[in-house]
Amino acid sequence: MTLMHFLLLLFLIICAIVVGRTNDLISAVIVFAAYSLIMALLWQQLASPDVAITEAAIGAGVTTLLLFGAISRTGRMEK
Amino acid sequence: MRNIIVRVIARVIIPFIQLYGFYVVFHGHLSPGGGFAGGTIIAASLILYVLAFGLVAEEKRVPERIAQIIESLGAIVYVVIGLVGVLVGAQFLGNKIAGFPLGVPGRILSSGSILILTIAIGFKVASTMITLFNHLIEDEKEG
Repeated sequence: MTLMHFLLLLFLIICAIVVGRTNDLISAVIVFAAYSLIMALLWQQLASPDVAITEAAIGAGVTTLLLFGAISRTGRMEK
Repeated sequence: MRNIIVRVIARVIIPFIQLYGFYVVFHGHLSPGGGFAGGTIIAASLILYVLAFGLVAEEKRVPERIAQIIESLGAIVYVVIGLVGVLVGAQFLGNKIAGFPLGVPGRILSSGSILILTIAIGFKVASTMITLFNHLIEDEKEG
């Protein structure tokens, strides 16, 4: 565990808490994309580049767009 | 919405995304990646096309009927290649034991049936993702 890993894990935990606690759903989706990006970096550091490619493509790419499509059909703010 | 900068950049960058996606699919048995990751990258390039040029232009390039046929064909190819092992007398998805030529390790045409299965999964995942996104967008316009 180097300092870089500690910083990445700290940022990951902060992102996860922010996704759960924010009321603005668009902000939550953007922070969730950042969470997926950090998670992809961590998978690569954990010596599994296969999962890292999938996480970057699915988590940061397609999931964000699908959630934006879902938000555009409902409301932006959480009630 | 239909910005000229977005259209020009999308037109430049989409072939490179698709080339990388096909690279990940076709090298699934040699390097990290595989059918699922590569298919998602190809689908992401098609989603970028929808966002830049609109759903109507994308429907002309990849009609929904073609996407459905490709999706079903991927699943059928996977099951048929798996059943070849059973027909020969080995287990489901048997590779060397079912008589597939293994080839030279490290080449693209190696490892028997895995390359065919990876390509089938890649096309199925790509067409599924683009169909999912198109349905989400077109329902929004109607309602």
